[in-house]
Amino acid sequence: MTVQGWMLILAFVGILLALTKPLGLWLHALYEGRSTPLHAILGPIEAGFYRLSGIDPTAEQSWRRYAVHMLIFNAVLLFFTYAILRLQGMLPLNPLHYGALPEHLSFNTAVSFTTNTNWQSYGGESTMSNLSQMLGLTIHNFLSAATGIALAFAFFRGFARRSASTIGNFWADCTRITLYLLLPLCIVYALFLIASGVPQTLAGSVDVTTLEGAKQTLTLGPVASQEAIKMLGTNGGGFFNANSAHPFENPTALTDFVQMLSIFAIGFGLTWTFGKAVGNPRQGWAILAAMVTIFLIGVTITYWQEAAGNPVLHQLGVPGGNMEGKEVRFGIAASSLFSVVTTAASCGAVNAMHDSFTALGGMIPLFNIQLGEVVVGGVGAGIYGFLLFAILAVFVAGLMVGRTPEYVGKKIEGREVKLAVLAIAVLPLVILGFTAIASVTQAGLVGPLNKGPHGFSEILYAFTSAVGNNGSAFAGLTANTPFYDGLLGVAMWIGRFFIIVPMLAIAGSLAAKKYTPESAGSFPTTGPLWTSLLIGIVLIVGGLTFLPSLALGPIADHLAMIGGHLF
Amino acid sequence: MARSAQKSVFTADLIVPAIGDAFRKLNPVELIRNPVMFTTAVVATLLTVLLAIGTDTLGFAFKLQLVVWLWLTVLFGTFAEALAEGRGKAQAASLRATKAELVAKKLKGKGDNYENVAASTLRIGDVVLVETGDLIPSDGEVIEGVASVNEAAITGESAPVIREAGGDRSAVTAGTRVLSDQIKVRVTVDPGQGFLDRMIALVEGAERQKTPNEIALTILLVGLTIIFLIAVGTIPSFAHYAGGDVPVAILAALLITLIPTTIAALLSAIGIAGMDRLVRFNVLAKSGRAVEAAGDIDTLLLDKTGTITIGDRQASEFKPVHGTTPAELAMAALLASLADETPEGRSIVQLAREKFGVTQSSLPHDAEVIPFTAQTRISGVRINGSLIQKGAVDSVLRANPGSGETPAAAELRRVTDEIARSGGTPLAVAQDGRLLGAIFLKDVVKAGIRERFGELRRMGIRTVMITGDNPLTAAAIAAEAGVDDFLAQATPEDKLDLIRKEQQGGRLVAMCGDGTNDAPALAQADVGVAMNTGTQAAREAGNMVDLDSDPTKLIEVVGLGKQLLMTRGALTTFSVANDVAKYFAIIPAMFIALYPGLTVLNVMGLGTPQSAILSAIIFNALIIPLLVPLALRGVTYRPIGAGPLLARNLAIYGLGGIIAPFVGIKLIDVAVNGLGLA
Repeated sequence: MTVQGWMLILAFVGILLALTKPLGLWLHALYEGRSTPLHAILGPIEAGFYRLSGIDPTAEQSWRRYAVHMLIFNAVLLFFTYAILRLQGMLPLNPLHYGALPEHLSFNTAVSFTTNTNWQSYGGESTMSNLSQMLGLTIHNFLSAATGIALAFAFFRGFARRSASTIGNFWADCTRITLYLLLPLCIVYALFLIASGVPQTLAGSVDVTTLEGAKQTLTLGPVASQEAIKMLGTNGGGFFNANSAHPFENPTALTDFVQMLSIFAIGFGLTWTFGKAVGNPRQGWAILAAMVTIFLIGVTITYWQEAAGNPVLHQLGVPGGNMEGKEVRFGIAASSLFSVVTTAASCGAVNAMHDSFTALGGMIPLFNIQLGEVVVGGVGAGIYGFLLFAILAVFVAGLMVGRTPEYVGKKIEGREVKLAVLAIAVLPLVILGFTAIASVTQAGLVGPLNKGPHGFSEILYAFTSAVGNNGSAFAGLTANTPFYDGLLGVAMWIGRFFIIVPMLAIAGSLAAKKYTPESAGSFPTTGPLWTSLLIGIVLIVGGLTFLPSLALGPIADHLAMIGGHLF
Repeated sequence: MARSAQKSVFTADLIVPAIGDAFRKLNPVELIRNPVMFTTAVVATLLTVLLAIGTDTLGFAFKLQLVVWLWLTVLFGTFAEALAEGRGKAQAASLRATKAELVAKKLKGKGDNYENVAASTLRIGDVVLVETGDLIPSDGEVIEGVASVNEAAITGESAPVIREAGGDRSAVTAGTRVLSDQIKVRVTVDPGQGFLDRMIALVEGAERQKTPNEIALTILLVGLTIIFLIAVGTIPSFAHYAGGDVPVAILAALLITLIPTTIAALLSAIGIAGMDRLVRFNVLAKSGRAVEAAGDIDTLLLDKTGTITIGDRQASEFKPVHGTTPAELAMAALLASLADETPEGRSIVQLAREKFGVTQSSLPHDAEVIPFTAQTRISGVRINGSLIQKGAVDSVLRANPGSGETPAAAELRRVTDEIARSGGTPLAVAQDGRLLGAIFLKDVVKAGIRERFGELRRMGIRTVMITGDNPLTAAAIAAEAGVDDFLAQATPEDKLDLIRKEQQGGRLVAMCGDGTNDAPALAQADVGVAMNTGTQAAREAGNMVDLDSDPTKLIEVVGLGKQLLMTRGALTTFSVANDVAKYFAIIPAMFIALYPGLTVLNVMGLGTPQSAILSAIIFNALIIPLLVPLALRGVTYRPIGAGPLLARNLAIYGLGGIIAPFVGIKLIDVAVNGLGLA
């Protein structure tokens, strides 16, 4: 580890902390439906949308209605993308004349982008037409992110409202987030990327003559526009197969740094918005402190392991850290940081190959996702996932102050506990259940490239990534088979919506409750004690659930490496 | 806290019957109420069957030990519950004996003709006669007569109390004995619904329903069990991938150590013990829900008299006005009070004697006493044609219209305002229309009450003093006693409004009361403690009854509620925190055959894989009886504010819960290896 490396990491966290409140304020304006400076220009467009679609943005929805509208919206988008991919060969903007995608791959990809996972069983530049990329996929990058943030808003309202029967309007939330937050940010962001050298063209490819005189065809396309929302919306689906390790997606050290920042930015801001929504920004800071602490622990371990390198190689006379699978442009620190950021945040973009990390270095990204993508997490999804853990933490430990547990003034009772447990149990059920299926069936066993515990890690990582809606791949797993495409598709769908529905039910139940004013006897949910408790609960619940699988995967892998045995 | 001496938990007369009950409670119908323990029992049964069939490679002795410890885990849980129930059972038995011997003298029509019938045949509306020496056969209301009653059977207090028709002392309870006189009682409950029945059910824990918080906690425990079932259930597939397999017995051991057996085993014992503490504190809660609500109380409404101040006001000074001499005033006050048998009246007489040496101790024969009525709010005496009046200032002024605008009246108002401002109650004295002055009645705030309110404040509870006094007096006493707020000149309607207002603000309110006019407020409050001396209406309306009729107890009741919730939280945290060490014991033992490198996870340095697994399961079982005393006694509640309290409990039960099993499992492992058990 180097001083430079640590300065990069600390600067990264420092800049984000500085951005938290401004972004949080902006998000809070959208949360409340207040006017922003952008309304002067975009206000008429918003109003036009509502008129066109016959939506009354002031019509409040119950949690059930909110959930149903959200589900219908997502289902329609799923079929839309499926259709585009199946019909790709017949549709325009297909300069390289790619044919239709097979059924299983279309299903997997459509689910993947709808659920904000962006798991890619295909290589982008060799599979997708520009129309598929822009209309079939990028649209989801915006709308799945907007859906996530809208859901977080709905959940916040559950905490913030008193004796209320509604939690907002899904259509209004989604429209405002897209129009006033995602689009303007992405336009600026995309221009920055273009200036840094990222291509933005409808041309299919360009032929170049390399230094050796060989002819090479370089695929081009509308990369910058997709790249911006890929990061901001924690989507992670790259235009190219190599994702952010590809020089056209991520050309410079500066773009690399900005990409990492943009993965976390909205997630950081939302914690502040939550605090503000429930009347005390310190509530938000306490949550953010817990997230950042877990994140820093992860970064430390991965960076340390990657910098320490592989003892087997050291013995062979190759000193230094582990550079396998990393871009020389970025080096160990930036790659380690990127890997932890992208997995903590449910983004899934990569600038290095996690499969090539050391066993423990690669375990952190895996464990990050297994914690439920709540360490900052996906836009919206991270904070509502974390709040589910907060409900659990407050219930277990809150009794210890001698009161019925309360969180931000709302009593946590049987119904909330039941729903929170339901939502949290989905994760281990699907991750471990599907991994179990894959590790005993023939169709599953042909997937992993490597043998032994490393191969097991590959399977485990794939399902973890899918259920956690992360979308990053450990690589090494041949996933474009009917078995994996199908099972992973189902896993992504469950991982997204089987958490959302109970979460919205909690929002509805909380909104209906009375507010209990805080007193000296109330459970304190702002200080360092609460933050440590949150960290403890997240780590213990995640750790206890996944330790056996981690022991058989990365931990066994690591110990074997120490013993001089590589997989 | 409790009056009766804390009985030790482990005495033979409690333990022996509890062991029998522990086995009876293995009945699946009863066991399924506790899903975690039910799961444990199912796993234990499965292993017992596998032991008989013997299909895997593990040694018989090892598996036998596992089976035994699994069953012990279940039995320790049922034993804890049985032990908690046992403490109430003895009390219930003696109450039942009292009930069995009840015979009623049921009145036939008008007059005193009665027939002897069994108390169990009485219905609502029947009227019974109870004479000296009789036991009152049923709960009811005195409709005729006055009697002194010994209520020791239910309150444990042997000093007799007065029960009389009309007013706030008309309720009588079955099983109590009339010591003198006779009364007619109208029965107010049907058989099996009475106070005695309720008390028997309560102390026995027979009618025990799970409280809302208990239900929520059970859901959490079931959720954790499901998560661990998934975590353990998928291991065989993972092991299969690694080219090996894990014996069912070991998977079972891992599952049972991970699921929260500790808290699940103790959960109902905690609830029963919580109710039992309240009972031994002579407070009966009609439901466990009320006890939980007590822990959540935000606002406490306390009657001034008897709770904050010593019940009786004492005369402390004579304040003459407009040329009247102090001795003159003292003499008039004395004459007006000689016939007044209230403590206030007596204190006036005493003050006049002490300060002015007045010796007269009885009124002349021809004196006419004018008694106090609620309408006039004046009492007095007419001696030789001279009228002396004593009463509330406004009333005395109103009764003497001519004096309204005189300088004497103005001075009286000034003096009485001063008295009120300093927390006293002024009584005006007038003789034949002339205002003599005021008597300073002083409210004496109970010693130590200020500290108690400080404690409550640190617990986050706001105290509101309820008083019939005027706002000036109330403010002064409120300041002296250190309450947060007060409600002066309170009528029952004001009280009810205050409760509603607090509840609309999301706060939970507790109060106590005894009169019929308190009933609506008692019913509205989240925790309403009715005094046992109160009316039947009040006792029905409240959700707790204080047998000692001590309003100060409300504060302790809140503490008991908090203790109950805290005990649950502490043991849940402990139970979950324990899992960390158990993983470190079992995971390396389980997978060592697959990946020998995993032995580095054996941080405790346990002897062999088998001894590690056995030690974990033994620790998991033994921790239950070890924690039974804590579950029954309850975690100590300290009024130090939520933050410090949480820090303290997290350190003890959270951090302690992580560390303790590392030590415990290691020690057991040493013993297991030393004894050659595995």
